[in-house]
Amino acid sequence: MTDAPEKPVQQLERVIIRFAGDSGDGMQLTGDRFTQETAAFGNDLSTLPSFPAEIRAPQGTIPGVSSFQLHFASRDILTPGDHPDVLVAMNPAALKANVADLKPGAVIVLDTHDFTARNLTKAGYTTDPVEDGSLTDFQVHALDLTGMTVEAVKEFGLSRKDAARSKNMYSLGLLSWMYGRPVEGTIDYVSTKFAKKPEIRDANLAAFKAGYHFGETTESFAVRYEVKPAEAAAGRYRNITGNLALSYGLVAAGRLSELPVFLGAYPITPASDILHELSKHKAFGVTTFQAEDEIAGIGAAIGAAYAGHLGVTSTSGPGVALKAEAMGLAVMLELPLVVVDVQRGGPSTGLPTKTEQADLLQVMFGRNGEAPLPVIAAQAPADCFDAAIEAARIAVTYRTPVVLLSDGYLANGSEPWALPDVASLPRIEAGFATGTNHTSVGKDGEETADFWPYLRDPGTLARPWAPPGTAGLEHRIGGIEKGDGHGNISYDPANHDFMVRTRQAKVDGIARSIPDLEVDDPAGEARLLVIGWGSTYGPIGAGVRRVRRRGLDVAQVHLRHINPFPRNLGEILKRYDKVVVPEMNLGQLAMLLRAEFLVDAESRTNVRGMPFGAEEMEDILLASLAALGVAPTADHEAEEALR
Amino acid sequence: MTTPATVTDLPDPVLGTALVPTLGEGESQTGKDFTSDQEVRWCPGCGDYAVLKAVQGFLPGLGLRRENIVFVSGIGCSSRFPYYLDTYGMHSIHGRAPSIATGIATAREDLSVWVVTGDGDALSIGGNHLIHALRRNVNMTILLFNNRIYGLTKGQYSPTSETGKVTKSTPMGSVDHPFNPVSLALGAEASFVARTIDSDRKHLTSVLSAAAAHRGTSLVEIYQNCPIFNDGAFDAIKNPDTKADAIIPLVHGEQIRFGAAQEDGLGHKCLVRDAGGGVRVAEVAGVAAEDILVHDAHHPDPTRAFAISRLTDSGYLHQSPIGIFRQVERPTYDDQARVQLSTAGEPGDLQALIDGPDVWTVEEENR
Repeated sequence: MTDAPEKPVQQLERVIIRFAGDSGDGMQLTGDRFTQETAAFGNDLSTLPSFPAEIRAPQGTIPGVSSFQLHFASRDILTPGDHPDVLVAMNPAALKANVADLKPGAVIVLDTHDFTARNLTKAGYTTDPVEDGSLTDFQVHALDLTGMTVEAVKEFGLSRKDAARSKNMYSLGLLSWMYGRPVEGTIDYVSTKFAKKPEIRDANLAAFKAGYHFGETTESFAVRYEVKPAEAAAGRYRNITGNLALSYGLVAAGRLSELPVFLGAYPITPASDILHELSKHKAFGVTTFQAEDEIAGIGAAIGAAYAGHLGVTSTSGPGVALKAEAMGLAVMLELPLVVVDVQRGGPSTGLPTKTEQADLLQVMFGRNGEAPLPVIAAQAPADCFDAAIEAARIAVTYRTPVVLLSDGYLANGSEPWALPDVASLPRIEAGFATGTNHTSVGKDGEETADFWPYLRDPGTLARPWAPPGTAGLEHRIGGIEKGDGHGNISYDPANHDFMVRTRQAKVDGIARSIPDLEVDDPAGEARLLVIGWGSTYGPIGAGVRRVRRRGLDVAQVHLRHINPFPRNLGEILKRYDKVVVPEMNLGQLAMLLRAEFLVDAESRTNVRGMPFGAEEMEDILLASLAALGVAPTADHEAEEALR
Repeated sequence: MTTPATVTDLPDPVLGTALVPTLGEGESQTGKDFTSDQEVRWCPGCGDYAVLKAVQGFLPGLGLRRENIVFVSGIGCSSRFPYYLDTYGMHSIHGRAPSIATGIATAREDLSVWVVTGDGDALSIGGNHLIHALRRNVNMTILLFNNRIYGLTKGQYSPTSETGKVTKSTPMGSVDHPFNPVSLALGAEASFVARTIDSDRKHLTSVLSAAAAHRGTSLVEIYQNCPIFNDGAFDAIKNPDTKADAIIPLVHGEQIRFGAAQEDGLGHKCLVRDAGGGVRVAEVAGVAAEDILVHDAHHPDPTRAFAISRLTDSGYLHQSPIGIFRQVERPTYDDQARVQLSTAGEPGDLQALIDGPDVWTVEEENR
């Protein structure tokens, strides 16, 4: 599209935009398209979709508001941002639900068409905020987006209702102009998506272009903004969400181990997209089984693992609760299995579409008996790819179920991903048993070669994996305690004691295959260590940057492996005067660290269903530093530089 | 040994074991080959012994390679079964065997998959998995040992115990209404449903043979006596004096006749259509020959089979149809899942997959 009357361009380092509207207004699609345009432009970015659990909550109400926040910058960024610079509000409820997050001076673009008396009442306004002076702190652009959309698409003969549905594309066009986004990707996307519905396709394209041109020509917007591409390492990039990266990681793990992938799963928010995605990849030998319940999902995955596949089950917290007994069986059977837990707010049904990290202790200990299993966590959307491969590596190498923790924020959030060269990814050795591994001596002294399913590798303590179909290795396994080596049922007290300790030792020994943690402490003078796990990686990193820009030292370390911990973790924790642990739960990692290392780890928590903000994290760290007697100097850099 | 590569190559109808490798020329197996070195630990007199012997005697005849046979069980007395067979096996957790077997059967077309379960395991804690395995028609054979009692937990009533049963957990008598496993399976649209008796080895073996040959989920209910906690539950159909009247034999293509034999050598009682839409017992002498039901296990509609299943007593068992109720061809879940896999095209390009359509490149000189 042409930029006919040139307007002045203002350079910005970073921008946070939040699109907000009714659940049916297409805000997720709008945000996703703006994200793709931004990724194509080369900015670094981070996104935070937020939507209600109801598919269509009551129209025009606060609970029905769906939003999509995008933070993009000309430099490396770590979070979706705390305070939007721009809020696009498609109705009064969207304004009401989001305006409190804005700082003075923020831009608000709102659709006056939906600011009717009825809608204002539904949103809880007694007067119209556009007219009552309550928005004077902001730069408000009150526009009839719906009316202009309907006008722009009138030639396509759609009903008024259908015509108005393109208003999200109109606002996307307007914002695309405002920030100089490349539009070809969105035009291609709309053309493909609605290829079979030409009138809808044409209306959406027309609305998108009309919104763009409106920005060019209207006097409402005096300037447009430019956020230059971010500096990034040379390489190939794409934008990706956590659930997609995790799915690709599982497909890749199948390739790397030369094992067919078998996913047994029951639909559950926010993990269902993994089932959807893997079901598309049959050409990669991936079988997906939508089970009758969570238990059958893991049951089938265990069966497939026994049969020699890479067994996977994906779920969220409530599903893990249901799978607990089968996870214990997998511990006892010592078969490779990946259990993906995309955490959401709990307990019980909790907050299905919101994020939380409160399943850590559930996956660590939520089984009967001593049932240790490895636990690893992804820390960013793109990192879900590597985390999935690592989960498969541990599962296959050590013949054990592994829990892979993600969460709702990682699952739906997105960021640019420096694409790996698949040829350089490390192989995973399945190493199936191919022959007998033991010699039995009969009463007559005669020796016979046989197969002992619980005769372990002395290095890894892993038992042999012998899928059916291999002659001479017929064997029976089960949930009852088994005798060391031969694996037959054993109720012998000393044997049980030995087997319980051996299963623990096997999981503990995985630490030998985990690289030592590297602490990020550039000056090497920090007295405070901040440690986290999972999706708090971004907010903790952002908070650490802010504190360092104030001239203060803080050390950061982040855990991928939670069970077992990396071998040097205890030594690291003892190096610092204070250890602070921010988590989206009530202190679960802190409890593990205190129990394991007798360290006075301080827990800092948030269970609002949203990730920590960068400011919030900065405040946490400053408070911890203050307790150490470390305070920022008064004349620190300007606030803007800290954003 | 030669076996077709995929189910799409197979003739129709397809045997349940069609893709399982068979013994080579000159190779043979006996029951001993299928007997593991583990001591059998059921109570003396338990009906499970008879079923184990029958299975060990019957498996060699299938001519399948032993390493391609898998027995999966849940929890309960009968679920110890896999330990005593020298095949691959898994003694899993309570009620979940059908789900685990579904994973095995879907993952591997070259395995003969068997589930051993009981009335508590299959119908109570595992009821959901059972009905879903049956509706999906996964290629497996389910042996449901029904002793109408909980044995391993020492004598509580089960979902097939008669109403009013006095047990440790129901001292005043059970007020639960029992399941009829055959009715349940037919309601779930199972493609193969049969009932047999632990003590009738010949009938048991013939039903197992048909079940193994069936492609899809075969459910075989086996009446099995628990001599400790529910002894005599099946006396009426085992006692030589009463069994002619108690057993309603179902043989495809034959009139359903039972009771003491009359001049034609067949029973004096028969089944006929009932005015209410079901079936009922009648005296042969009182009905026209063409009104006597001829058993049709292959009928696509399970309605008649269901009606016959309702003739099973839900209280004290003095009458029960025995045999194959239903045996119909229907696509199996696992075959269709494998066809989707094998027809998905050329092996995927992993790099192209993860790259997706929207890649951008940062060049070295742009830094």
